[in-house]
Amino acid sequence: MAQVTLNRIVKEYEGGVQAVKGIDLDIADHEFVVLVGPSGCGKSTTLRMIAGLEEISRGEIRIAGNVVNDIPPRDRDIAMVFQNYALYPHMSVYDNMAFGLMLRKFPKEEIRRRVENAARILDIGMLLDRKPKALSGGQRQRVAMGRAIVRDPKVFLFDEPLSNLDAKLRVQMRTEIKKVHQTVNTTTIYVTHDQVEAMTLADRVVVMNHGVIEQVGPPQELYHRPLTKFVAGFIGSPAMNFIPARLANGGAALNVVLPGGITLPVPEERSRRYAAYAGKEVLFGLRPEHLTEIRPNDHRPNLAHLQLTPEVVEPMGMETLVYTWLEGTEVSARIDPAVAAAPGQALPLAADMGQMHLIDPQTDRVI
Amino acid sequence: MSATAATPSAAIPGLGRKIGSLRKERRWALITAYVSLIVAAIVMLAPPVYMLVTSLKTSAEISNPVGTPWIVRNPTLENYGALIGDPMFRGFFFNSIKVTVLVVCVTMVISVLAAFSLARMKFFGSQVLATGVFLTYLVPDTLLFIPLYQIVGNLGLLNSTWGLVLVYPTLTVPFCTWIMIGYFASIPKELDEAALIDGANWMQMLTKIFIPVALPGIIAATIFAFTVSWAAFVYPTAFITRPDEMPLTIGVVSQLIRGDTFAWGQLMAGALLAALPPVIVYAFLMDYYIAGLTAGATKG
Repeated sequence: MAQVTLNRIVKEYEGGVQAVKGIDLDIADHEFVVLVGPSGCGKSTTLRMIAGLEEISRGEIRIAGNVVNDIPPRDRDIAMVFQNYALYPHMSVYDNMAFGLMLRKFPKEEIRRRVENAARILDIGMLLDRKPKALSGGQRQRVAMGRAIVRDPKVFLFDEPLSNLDAKLRVQMRTEIKKVHQTVNTTTIYVTHDQVEAMTLADRVVVMNHGVIEQVGPPQELYHRPLTKFVAGFIGSPAMNFIPARLANGGAALNVVLPGGITLPVPEERSRRYAAYAGKEVLFGLRPEHLTEIRPNDHRPNLAHLQLTPEVVEPMGMETLVYTWLEGTEVSARIDPAVAAAPGQALPLAADMGQMHLIDPQTDRVI
Repeated sequence: MSATAATPSAAIPGLGRKIGSLRKERRWALITAYVSLIVAAIVMLAPPVYMLVTSLKTSAEISNPVGTPWIVRNPTLENYGALIGDPMFRGFFFNSIKVTVLVVCVTMVISVLAAFSLARMKFFGSQVLATGVFLTYLVPDTLLFIPLYQIVGNLGLLNSTWGLVLVYPTLTVPFCTWIMIGYFASIPKELDEAALIDGANWMQMLTKIFIPVALPGIIAATIFAFTVSWAAFVYPTAFITRPDEMPLTIGVVSQLIRGDTFAWGQLMAGALLAALPPVIVYAFLMDYYIAGLTAGATKG
């Protein structure tokens, strides 16, 4: 069990291209941290530098207080689970899991005990004699996790472990990973491009973009209080709606004025925060779940009513997604499935202004 | 049959005709394939069959052919008996086995190590080296034997099977290395990364992961090295003149052809006996080779 500290980590390739641009991150003992971001954001490179599979151009990585920059992967006391499982195809499941311990010259009895224990945790006891090619994708990923667990390392590293699985299995394995972490409680760093995985698994989510960290925080904090437009748009599915607008003084209160003249009142408690932006162009952000049907006896304060015409209606069972246009921008709304909504038919909607976000278009930071 | 009327092909206009034409195409494809294969098999098998037929004939029958030469009238094993009973022929056989086993071992050790380092350990000039290794294979042995004669002579290894053990790898190592580079390169990078994290060093990674996983490639390379070494003709012809150091390929030819006298029966028997070890090796290793190639080829 260990802390992991990244101190101004840079990864620079030949020709000066920087994949990781000086990131700082402290990961606490037992913590489950998820690095999330789009392709090419530097999340996998960061993980591989922690693993020792990629050289660090500048900066310092510490595992359990020791600088590991020049320590080879085998001496870092880490275990890694790869996207394509990376099981040894010629070895049985047992040997795959035991391989690391055999190389470290563990006594046979101890190896057996650990492999059987890991097999029990992952429910793969009946597969120990099989070769990887006789396993399904989900079983292979369990074996890959078993290989990590038996080592009892200081840190678990996961590199997009669920990307090769189908949607149903992915959800199932996600829960398995969470259970395993709750059981073994090892410090875990997990890389994914899937924000749902990030939100569901992490104690803290690290959102990366273009080689820098955009924001670090618990899932709920990232969701409710994003610091940048990127984080606001990346976390949440469907993504937050962004509508170009102007912040206007309407007497005592502020109003968000959309391009076509629609005026939405800013809640009073936000007036002070936004005061400096009065009269300026801003980006008005609202999540689909805050653009809903008008409910009878709705006690939510700060509701603004809109009349929109859906272009596409997607019934999901527990909710219905409605795609429509608002002042030239495509927006999505999340409504109760009981509400009758049809393409081309006007639908009254309520924007919960208490949940709005305003973004400075100059800096892309949330105001 | 009335049931035919209910099949989809009958229900959809034109589909029946389409299926009919597909069957016809398939039949023609099969006929063409069989005819080509039979012709190819006849062309390939005619020489060994003729060799076998001739080896079973007496010298008298060979020199006075009556009717078709493809039929043996008085089959005999005397040609085989004479060869197997001849200590010199057994010496050729032993020399060939000794040279081939040593060459295959030397080749595999060098080419597996070279291929592993060229395929996986990125170092300065590794790409150029990999190409260079293959380029050396493009120089034919008929050109190389003159300078090699000089080298082998300077080392005092002319007229010695050890000279052949030294020289044959120049033929086998480049190609085997090239085959192995291909096999090693096809092993996913994550496998070595997993092994590195599991605690393996480079040598353990090679012996415990790469060699077992690339076994089909290693067998292919072994078969190649074996065949080249067993069948080599130019180098032993150039470097060996002493009968007791000769391998089979030149031993049979030099001892069974005296001036213009050809001991055809023994020549054919010798050639067939010489072909036996490669046939055994192929038959034995091919199963592993093909099993290795097909295992895991489909998604598990």
